Amino acid sequence: MAHVEEHDHHEELPFWRKYIFSEDHKVIAKQYMFSGIFWAIIGASLSILFRLQLGFPDMKLEWLRPILGGWIDESGRLDPEFYLALVTMHGTIMVFFVLTAGLSGTFSNFLIPLQVGARDMASGFLNMLSYWFFFVSSLLMFFSLFIETGPASGGWVIYPPLSALPQAMSGSGLGMTLWLLSMAIFIVSQLLGGINYITTVINLRTRGMSFSKLPLTIWAFLLTAILGLISFPVLLSAALLLIFDRSMGTSFYLSEIYIGGEALPNVGGSPILFQHLFWFLGHPEVYIVLLPALGITSEIIATNSRKPIFGYRAMIASMIGIAFLAFIVWAHHMFVTGMNPFLGSIFMFLTLIIAVPSAVKAFNYITTLWRGNIVFTPAMLFSIGLVSFFISGGLTGIILGNSALDIQLHDTYFVVAHFHLVMGAASAFGFLAGVYHWFPKFFGRMMNKTLGYIHFWFTFVGIYLVFFPMHYIGIAGFPRRYYSFTTYEAFRTFGDLNMFVSLAAIMTFSAQFLFLWNFFYSIFKGKKAPLNPWKSNTLEWTTPLHPGHGNWPGEIPPVYRWAYDYSKPGANDDFIPQNVPYSQTPESNLPHENALIALEKEIEAQNYNDQFKQPH
Amino acid sequence: MSATATTEAPVFDKKTWMGGVEPMKVSYGKLMMWFFLISDTFTFSALLVTYGLIRFSFQAYDPAIHGEFHFSNLYWPIPERVYEAVPFLHGIQLPLVFVGIMTFILIFSSVTMVLAVEAGHRMDKAAVEKYMLWTILGGLTFLGSQAWEWTHFIHGTDEGSVIREIVNGQWVERTIFGANLTENQYGPPAFADLFFFITGFHGTHVLSGVVLNILIFYRTSFGLYQRRGHYEMVEKVGLYWHFVDLVWVFVFTFFYLV
Repeated sequence: MAHVEEHDHHEELPFWRKYIFSEDHKVIAKQYMFSGIFWAIIGASLSILFRLQLGFPDMKLEWLRPILGGWIDESGRLDPEFYLALVTMHGTIMVFFVLTAGLSGTFSNFLIPLQVGARDMASGFLNMLSYWFFFVSSLLMFFSLFIETGPASGGWVIYPPLSALPQAMSGSGLGMTLWLLSMAIFIVSQLLGGINYITTVINLRTRGMSFSKLPLTIWAFLLTAILGLISFPVLLSAALLLIFDRSMGTSFYLSEIYIGGEALPNVGGSPILFQHLFWFLGHPEVYIVLLPALGITSEIIATNSRKPIFGYRAMIASMIGIAFLAFIVWAHHMFVTGMNPFLGSIFMFLTLIIAVPSAVKAFNYITTLWRGNIVFTPAMLFSIGLVSFFISGGLTGIILGNSALDIQLHDTYFVVAHFHLVMGAASAFGFLAGVYHWFPKFFGRMMNKTLGYIHFWFTFVGIYLVFFPMHYIGIAGFPRRYYSFTTYEAFRTFGDLNMFVSLAAIMTFSAQFLFLWNFFYSIFKGKKAPLNPWKSNTLEWTTPLHPGHGNWPGEIPPVYRWAYDYSKPGANDDFIPQNVPYSQTPESNLPHENALIALEKEIEAQNYNDQFKQPH
Repeated sequence: MSATATTEAPVFDKKTWMGGVEPMKVSYGKLMMWFFLISDTFTFSALLVTYGLIRFSFQAYDPAIHGEFHFSNLYWPIPERVYEAVPFLHGIQLPLVFVGIMTFILIFSSVTMVLAVEAGHRMDKAAVEKYMLWTILGGLTFLGSQAWEWTHFIHGTDEGSVIREIVNGQWVERTIFGANLTENQYGPPAFADLFFFITGFHGTHVLSGVVLNILIFYRTSFGLYQRRGHYEMVEKVGLYWHFVDLVWVFVFTFFYLV
């Protein structure tokens, strides 16, 4: 066992091994967090740029020329093709780089080992590799923002033939190539991260941590990783085929196309095929983004309501249900592609079933809050905000899931409003809630509460002000991704509403700088955190303030109970951490829990998967 | 951690999912390999679904409509008529003989892989080396055969095929030999596109498998696994190798049999 000995003697690692090419899950989580925040700033800024054009058509943007250069045309307006690039990159960055890598990467990496009670991820090396593949993919995507022909501009869904033909538009040239390369590397990163998360949860739970005692965060991260593991490879295949169509002259997605009156030689392919492959990833991707946020919310709402989560098993079952259904509803993104209407009705049926587990989750959150001793921390506010977005965005999902209604609503601002509420803003709130809640564990300091409240209210109200009016614009039929509202007589009346939306967007965006300041200031100057600031039950709060490599200085604590023993009748305190055995709490034990005392010796005796081989 | 550490541990009957042990008695590395293979299954599934969708968007050959079979870009070719060449037997029609031999070699290399894994369990270094060598040889032979088959596919038959196409508004006839990513003597260009892409993608997997096998052989022969006390690495790479073989069975079925 040569490699076990390596763990036993600890040497101080050099700087670049400790902070840059680190194998420690906590450092990697922070790397993901900072990268995610960096990308979020860029992604949000891009949206402000196109909101300027939408709210104030033909606005003079000469003052942006120092940054955007040739993308501001001679008359001082935003270049229409660059508008498309902005929309595309906003979507790509937000979906993949912020809410997939930033959210899962940060919290799965940080919380899985800490909450299941492991020294580190199953493979620290692959974990490190996962981050650096993500980093390379980020570099390529970032670089593509600055090339002369502009970044990819065919929408984040990159449908061919637009994306397959470099001559179709300037953004389909080098920008598209870089997009595909970047995403291929991104998928490798996701794969390496995903197999690590799943394996860690299965193999490295501490003694006593059965699946029925796992915090809901871990269940969410586990299911997210499984979704990614199965859906991302399909995007990889789709992207590789697209690369061949672009560069090698094949016709997988191309058939009978005329450009400028000239017939292309490609025959035999099908652009609809790409849509099927893309949405087989694309739909689960929605849940890859949302499930971690829901897991984080479950944890924060239970902790801050000082009540057990309502329906722990129902929560797990509904997450499994959502994860399963995620794979068999993809064609609801394609109702109007000329699909057989009968097939459409099947996908409609399956889609509407998702409302059931989603409603179970929403009601469970509300019933957990019901008559709780609610502590309104900023994290709690963001979690409640998430539930609000999840419900209001989810309701429009039921409307959009109808294949008949979709004829009117598809590709309009109604869709934009729907998914920004239900997965965009909701998941972003999950990320923010997580940062506020686990900041003391990340950095050993507290964030400023007052700034957190101000940040919350501006963001929460702002997001509703941005997306609520979009429902009306969408029902009126205005298509998304259009450069200008004013070119069409029918939509001129929405000019005022659009100006309002843009102003709200600018306000929401500006409020994020409060968060940034609070975040960076608190890292260095924040109040020193107590060991368990939120009086939480999960294992991460049993580690030292600054957990070192291996998380716990001595043995890993065993686990005897679930994570939600809050306000238990008869208990001395209003929370009982997972590592407190039933034998120590006779005053609050239920009859079946008294029976579990007999098991404690057995639980303590198991310690065969401590990665450091600590004696027990 | 290691497989040996867990198998020596006292067995916690029925409580193996209680935490503190590897519940399925599988080390993290092997578990990761399984999850990777699940992921890769979906990569190949996507490609084979692509094949199915494009293949069935073309007409099938029907003697009642098309008369006697000849290569034509109007319908999907019959695979037995496309793959009927064997090295050194020029001009003799031997449908699917060569690819049958290739398939046999690849599946046989799976057998030798199993024997290597089994020898690893017995800690028999010499036997592991021997069977790893046979497996590597099988993999290389398969790759070599594939290279020959591709070459033949690219160069085409002696006669070639006459295709009709519109150039500058005029119908012109032209004889083409073999196939590439834009032209195909055997049938629609999509047939060749898919053939090159999917067998190429599989071949890349075989190639990486051979590289991994060579690495394992090298480390075995330097006694690394003997010192480590177990040959689990052989098992993990073995899983990958069997997976690549299994995928070939599907690729073979899709391209050559259906």
